[in-house]
Amino acid sequence: MPWQRETFKKIKQIPREEHVLPGTALCAGCGGLEALRLAAKVLGDDVVYVNAAGCFTMLAAYPFTPFKGSWLYTTMGSAPAGAQGVRDALDVLIAKGRLPERENLKVVVLGGDGSTYDMALSSTSGAITRKLDFYYFCYDNEAYGNTGAQLSPATPYGARTTTSPCSLQHPSGTTHEKKDIFEIWRAHKPPYIATVAPRYPLDLEEKFTRAAKFTGPKLFLALSACPTGWLYDPGETPEVAKLAVETGLWPLKEAIDGAITHTYIPKRKPVEEYLKLQGRFRHLFEPKVQSEAISHIQGRVNAYWEQVKLAEKTA
Amino acid sequence: MEGEMMTGNLAAAWGARLADVDYVPAFPITPQTEIVEALAKWCESGAMAARFVTMDSEHSMMTAAGAAAATGARVFTATSSQGLLYAIEVLYSVSGWRAPLVLVNVSRALAAPITLEPDHNDVLAARDCGFLQIHAETCQEVLDSILMAYRIAEDERVMLPVIVNLDGFYLSFTREPVSMPDPEQVKLFLPPFRPAHLGFKASVPHALGVAVIGGTPYSYFRHQMHLAAMNALEVHREAAAAFEQLFGRRYDVVEGYRLEDAEDVLVMTNAFSSKGKAAVDATRAEGKRVGLLRLRMIRPWPADAIRHALQGRRAVAVLDQNLSPGQGGILFQEIAACLYHEPLRPQALCSFIGGLGGKNLSEGELRAIFEQTAEAGIRRRGIGPVLLYTEAEHREMMQLQLLAAGSRADS
Repeated sequence: MPWQRETFKKIKQIPREEHVLPGTALCAGCGGLEALRLAAKVLGDDVVYVNAAGCFTMLAAYPFTPFKGSWLYTTMGSAPAGAQGVRDALDVLIAKGRLPERENLKVVVLGGDGSTYDMALSSTSGAITRKLDFYYFCYDNEAYGNTGAQLSPATPYGARTTTSPCSLQHPSGTTHEKKDIFEIWRAHKPPYIATVAPRYPLDLEEKFTRAAKFTGPKLFLALSACPTGWLYDPGETPEVAKLAVETGLWPLKEAIDGAITHTYIPKRKPVEEYLKLQGRFRHLFEPKVQSEAISHIQGRVNAYWEQVKLAEKTA
Repeated sequence: MEGEMMTGNLAAAWGARLADVDYVPAFPITPQTEIVEALAKWCESGAMAARFVTMDSEHSMMTAAGAAAATGARVFTATSSQGLLYAIEVLYSVSGWRAPLVLVNVSRALAAPITLEPDHNDVLAARDCGFLQIHAETCQEVLDSILMAYRIAEDERVMLPVIVNLDGFYLSFTREPVSMPDPEQVKLFLPPFRPAHLGFKASVPHALGVAVIGGTPYSYFRHQMHLAAMNALEVHREAAAAFEQLFGRRYDVVEGYRLEDAEDVLVMTNAFSSKGKAAVDATRAEGKRVGLLRLRMIRPWPADAIRHALQGRRAVAVLDQNLSPGQGGILFQEIAACLYHEPLRPQALCSFIGGLGGKNLSEGELRAIFEQTAEAGIRRRGIGPVLLYTEAEHREMMQLQLLAAGSRADS
């Protein structure tokens, strides 16, 4: 039976109340911030965000924050360890009667892909292994965005960044494949993992709602379409985020105790439609079309979904 | 002597236990491991009402420690050497959060070459991170200093974390008699941790460690940390008086040993100060008027106490168990700086580097220090940095080099 949303069937069911208020220093059209805004509608205000160095660090810039909840900036490599300290301290203080239960908070790590995919892997792995009861929200814009779009392990093959430029030696720009952090997380068997995209709000809200039922690590990978780094007009973020999903490049899925379900099966438009919208892929089309690189990307997407089909048949 | 025989490490663990800490994030590293082993056992058995968590690195350990203290828990943790350096990024964060935890560092020299034995380059690498630093000479002092450290750290005028330092091996694994403070009296000395300005809770959202742009707020908050650290001198004085009243033992920011009429003074820190004191006794037995000044508090730097102790002396020698390559001894620089404006400053300042990587400090070396310092005082001209290395040690090293080069030397 296909995946069904139980709570969020219509867009009107998404609460109108905002928990991430406007007026931040983030770029116009930030897809990551849109995903967080939607997530916060389920998370609410009784939250402490534990932040790793990245774009979102600029959300809390003295003396302002856009949150009605709390905030702790840690380091680039150890936000999940910060979450551990806050969660453990809250538990201890509540158990010892020094903090009333009504003061309890959800602990939510906010990290970009640079932190999440590389530097904070140790502290994330540790936190999942220790079954820490926390949320991890990774805004994945596929590059070190806050420093101006450098190559990260989340950068996909064929994208151009400032440190993986297209050149005679490397006409495709980035030569590596995007690291599969979802599978790295899944190998730890946390109760809940999901990918989300801001253009699919009902899917996103449903997943945060489902996750709330689980005690332990709840990890989210949010597609964060990034006009500044991906080089498109900020007004096109919804279209870019939509095509990432519709081409099959960004699968929407969840894994409960390791068992994967795809929550949306796209009809799979050709990847060119997504790539063509973004300056970071322009070299694949101009001055001449790099058919081999484009077919490589399409081939990877096709292979992924063949695997999905096969896995479902076997199940 | 009365008291239980225990190692410096066990004394450190008892300090945390008596301080009734709430939370111990841990990571093993030699020579500190015995501390977290003891605490793990006590947390597991219920002897301590604290949560013990083994983290994935010292970097994570310090982050969890600081975050828990910022949430309002009393936190203890411990490390050594490479672990302290791995955590050093976070040390700056934790002090910036004004999270008043206590970190025990069991000194061990830094790689490369890698070793397990002590010197002070590890703890002095954390000199500028905003943690206060207390360096202990004996196992008793380790335990007592941890209790004092919590009282100082948590004082509203300070609100900064503290490192309590002890030497690996020489103190960490050496059994000494330790008089155990009565837990009820500890409660009188150290009130429960109920911070007014820290803690994450639903009714009072707040943001900590936020970005600041433009330099003005950054400078302001850093100045605040400096002023708070300087307040710790007065708070230490009060804590020392209260501690003496309750437990009968007195600790000041510096300790003078036979200074009364001393012409020449040797400045030392940590466990080897005991060797220094024995050398003072031996040298005095030969009719020479020498004394020792042990620095107990390194941050805040007790400049007035040091000036007071060293003014009017003929010569002062600083024995650094650390080396800043291309400069010399780290504490020598600080002693020299704080004596510059002293009208009665000593005639000569001498810098000696010894005890690196656990190398012994022999009676002969200490005798040589006093002799060379006296000569420098008479000449009114300081010397150094002098790297202490005996002839026997030099011969031993030559033998090792021959072995290392063996196959090539043969061919």
